[in-house]
Amino acid sequence: MRFLRYLLMASAFYSAQASAECLTRGTGDMGIIIERAAGSVQVVDRSTHQALFRVEGLGDLSHASAVYSRDERYAYVFGRDGGLTKVDILCGKITHRVVQGGNSIGGAISQDGSLIAVSNYEPGGVKIFSSQDLTLVADIPATAVNSEKRAKTVGLVDAPDQRFVFSLYDTGETWVVDMTDPAKPQIQKNLNVGKLPYDGLITRDGRYYIAGLFGQDGLALLDLWHPEKGTRLILQDYGKGEQKLPVYKMPHLEGWAMAGNRAFLPGVGHHQVLVVERGDWNPVGKISVHGQPVFVMARPDGRQIWVNFAFPDNDTIQVIDTESLKVIKTLKPGKGALHMEFAPRGEEVWISIRDKDEIQVYDTRSLELIHSLPVDKPSGIFFTSRAHTTGL
Amino acid sequence: MKKNIALITALLIATGICTVNAAEIHPQRQAELLYLLKHDCGSCHGMRLEGGLGPALTAKRLAPYGIEFLALTIVQGRPGTPMPPWRPFITDPEAYWLAGQLKQGVNQ
Ligand code: HEC
Repeated sequence: MRFLRYLLMASAFYSAQASAECLTRGTGDMGIIIERAAGSVQVVDRSTHQALFRVEGLGDLSHASAVYSRDERYAYVFGRDGGLTKVDILCGKITHRVVQGGNSIGGAISQDGSLIAVSNYEPGGVKIFSSQDLTLVADIPATAVNSEKRAKTVGLVDAPDQRFVFSLYDTGETWVVDMTDPAKPQIQKNLNVGKLPYDGLITRDGRYYIAGLFGQDGLALLDLWHPEKGTRLILQDYGKGEQKLPVYKMPHLEGWAMAGNRAFLPGVGHHQVLVVERGDWNPVGKISVHGQPVFVMARPDGRQIWVNFAFPDNDTIQVIDTESLKVIKTLKPGKGALHMEFAPRGEEVWISIRDKDEIQVYDTRSLELIHSLPVDKPSGIFFTSRAHTTGL
Repeated sequence: MKKNIALITALLIATGICTVNAAEIHPQRQAELLYLLKHDCGSCHGMRLEGGLGPALTAKRLAPYGIEFLALTIVQGRPGTPMPPWRPFITDPEAYWLAGQLKQGVNQ
């Protein structure tokens, strides 16, 4: 009897402690959502569509992004103000935080999970930190533009063989950094890849790195199986003879949409999604869409492409069927539809609607809204499944 | 044609005919413009206007530039750079008002 009472007390104590402190559960169906204006993140449960924690004090999170530790317990959040914050999503707490640069634009985690690289606008370059405690491991300054300024670094991704790849906006370069020996980063520089690379992406298999160019037509492609061959321009005739429209928001390439053997890319300055055959990288089509695409993302099975748009068309989402290359649905979820994230097996997509202060969850088969949850000025949504995906 | 409009605008502004005061822009529109500044200009200039792909738009950094010049940059953009022309969405007086806000340090 006394033993039973002890057991009851112990379990009551345990659960009280668990709710006051950390959760005891798997993290595979969890994620974080950036609250861009409040400088906070919400930790969410994908299965119940509920918030678990709100973590505050992450600084300026406009344009923030995140990567995950390989055990899916920690999120590393890259803020605009150069802040790098390590968040324990089971406890809803910040474990480490450094302000590592003046102005940054995203980052990546190394193949072996030991290093976090951050891409900086100001001062231009990439800094690499230990994923354990965020101590500085390597500092890689970008090419100088003049006596005061270095090139802005963009499109930073992780690549197989413990490499990081990124591009230099002002000077038109793509660098491959091998971090096998963290004390001695090996840098391979590709010069003159094209004018004003503004973002980059890597294919899921880690083979091709592609930098989008703002200053000219086309994209710069690097085959990471053969980096010695340098970059080459693809789609350089795209858009010839067509009037380019002003761009009110730079497209993002991160959501690299690959469906079967075809890649889907935002047409910069055009109301189009471009379709390219992988391998020879020749265009196979252009799909006219509602506005200028920002994110062009494939449902994980490759059957659909979901697209959101730049200002002033950011109240719309379109869904493209990858077989017929036709728009099959136009959704009007609300103003400021900024970011989309698919469940790893694709049954749902979560969309942040900035001006409604909410996240909308759509069923990707019926294309119907099935849930919504309140989030203060939401932008990026990052599910833990990213922990196991190259380039995310 | 566009160039002409710009030139005329510049002349008007330069001669002071086109000066605006805040009273001419409805408070509701002012709020809309500030929201646009924070979130849509912010996607390139940073939500706190401390810089991003585009330069910082803080009062300190903009100190050397005149309001007219900044207002023209806003409505016309800068060809050859990602700075787009905002004329379809922002009128000249509104741009002038916005430039004034930037000069005063909208965020401080
Ligand atoms: C797509 C990106 C982008 C957006 C959106 C954008 N800008 Fe810019 N802006 C730039 C860039 C890049 C420059 C620098 C141009 C140059 O190199 O001369 C710039 C320059 C400027 C300048 C001149 C500052 C200077 O130092 O020369 C002003 C003022 C300005 N922007 C205001 C705005 C306002 C107001 C908005 C919103 C209504 C806005 N911008 C939206 C990219 C952008």
